[in-house]
Amino acid sequence: MNPVVEYFDDIYRGLKTATVGMRITFKHLFTKAVTIQYPTVKMKLPERARNRLYVNMDDCIGCDQCSMACPVDCISIETIKSTPEDNLGTTSTGQKKRLHVPVFDIDIAKCCYCGLCVYPCPTECIKMTDVYEFSEFDRHNLIYSFSTMTPAEVETARAKAKKMEEEAAAKKAAAAAAAKAAADAKAAAQTSAPAPQPEGSQPKPE
Amino acid sequence: MEQFLTSLIGEPLLVHVIMAAIPLLFILPYALVVIYLEMKIAAHMQDRVAYMRTGWHGTLQPIADMLKLLQKEDTVPAAADKFLFILAPYIVFIGTYAAFAALPFSSAFIGSNINIGIFYIVAISSLVVVGLLMAGWASNNKWSLFGALRSAAQIVSYEIPSAFAILGVVMLAGTMSLQELSSLQTGGITHWMILGGTLPLMKKLIVVPLMLILFLVYYISSMAEVNRTPFDIPEAESELVQGYNTEYSGMKFAIFYLAEYANLFAVSAVATVLFFGGWASPFASLMTGPFWSAFWFITKGMLFVCLNIWLRWTLPRLRVDQLMYMSWKVLTPFAFACVLALGLVLVW
Repeated sequence: MNPVVEYFDDIYRGLKTATVGMRITFKHLFTKAVTIQYPTVKMKLPERARNRLYVNMDDCIGCDQCSMACPVDCISIETIKSTPEDNLGTTSTGQKKRLHVPVFDIDIAKCCYCGLCVYPCPTECIKMTDVYEFSEFDRHNLIYSFSTMTPAEVETARAKAKKMEEEAAAKKAAAAAAAKAAADAKAAAQTSAPAPQPEGSQPKPE
Repeated sequence: MEQFLTSLIGEPLLVHVIMAAIPLLFILPYALVVIYLEMKIAAHMQDRVAYMRTGWHGTLQPIADMLKLLQKEDTVPAAADKFLFILAPYIVFIGTYAAFAALPFSSAFIGSNINIGIFYIVAISSLVVVGLLMAGWASNNKWSLFGALRSAAQIVSYEIPSAFAILGVVMLAGTMSLQELSSLQTGGITHWMILGGTLPLMKKLIVVPLMLILFLVYYISSMAEVNRTPFDIPEAESELVQGYNTEYSGMKFAIFYLAEYANLFAVSAVATVLFFGGWASPFASLMTGPFWSAFWFITKGMLFVCLNIWLRWTLPRLRVDQLMYMSWKVLTPFAFACVLALGLVLVW
């Protein structure tokens, strides 16, 4: 292009594009703002949004599967066996509860919101809610304890379980002694044959 | 106004102090309003909402900002030239504020009705450059110095086309006094300088396009003189942190800020007086008088301030070489040609 023509063309285009830009900004001056004013107005979350975990302890059977599925080990569960005379009730799916759950802690600060704990739960008692505003000044406040048992209840449950175990152990020992005595008697009867190991004395796998 | 105050108070020194303080009483609330306007316009142009929490639609936010700046620690860098560092913001503000002395706020009020008003404004506003250079140099910081250098280069280059544009208007009006210039333009919109002033119709047809070009030249170069986008390379955030006021905080930063907005109004007001009738009402004899004239002056000035804000949030920043090209190769020749043509028309 001729430099003179180019010079005037540049000026013309400079002014023209400035007006084009001004027209665009003027139009946007009157379009509705897209801002969502967060604490007062909230965005609708998607249906399957994963946020804070919640455990419905009424349905928890203490199976420990969620804890095992957790990739960051933020769930810690302790259980106590119940005695046959205890009735812990049933879950909403009709399953009988056999274990006391004195500790069910979730360190939500560690949680990575993957949702992997939700799928293995046989009673669907652990789930992700749509609550996401739970910041704390102290990190330790982010460890949520879901267990509904009071310390006294835990104490009695522990004592009962211990007693039951002791009784079972005593029974086992008695059975073992009886078996041994029987075996001894047998051995005494047929002195040459080696005594077979009694079944009851082997430790049962947990 | 001066006679009225003299008859009221008597003491001439006190009268001068009061006269000098009146524009300040305008600038402080104006700065709060324009900061709010700027943020709101900027936000809405980007489909946002800007401040909404302090007061109704965030109207109290500029006051909160001001209180925050007042409370902030006022640091002076250890390696800075302490005296110049502290002096610089005040020099900048004085340079800006001195220009308000010759602005005719109303038919009844002008700080100083000197016969070389516009010449005085052009001259005194150059003091701002000294202040900016002082700030950049005293900060002992590379970003500040670069910002100050750019600012000086920019303001000095753009003073030439703006002075030419002013010269054109002065030739047409035959006066440099801004009060006189305003009263020349009374009697309706057709008497405004942008529409050829009081010339006969035939000459007006030739003069109007020239005045339009002169106005564009003046407005663009005034935008450069106040260091605002698209001419804000002195404080280009992406390159220079904050330019000459990188090291400033608290009250000193606030004074730079105030000076920028005051300067913005000063150049808008000068554009108003030169081309759009100053305090003259656009409806001939309707809505005239001292109070209406103050109303027209401030309204017109604010319109140009808003135009400036609009442009700021529309155009991207110019490069340094583009800035120089714009001033020396586009604005200066155009202004020169227009002044020449205008002179020929006036002599003919």
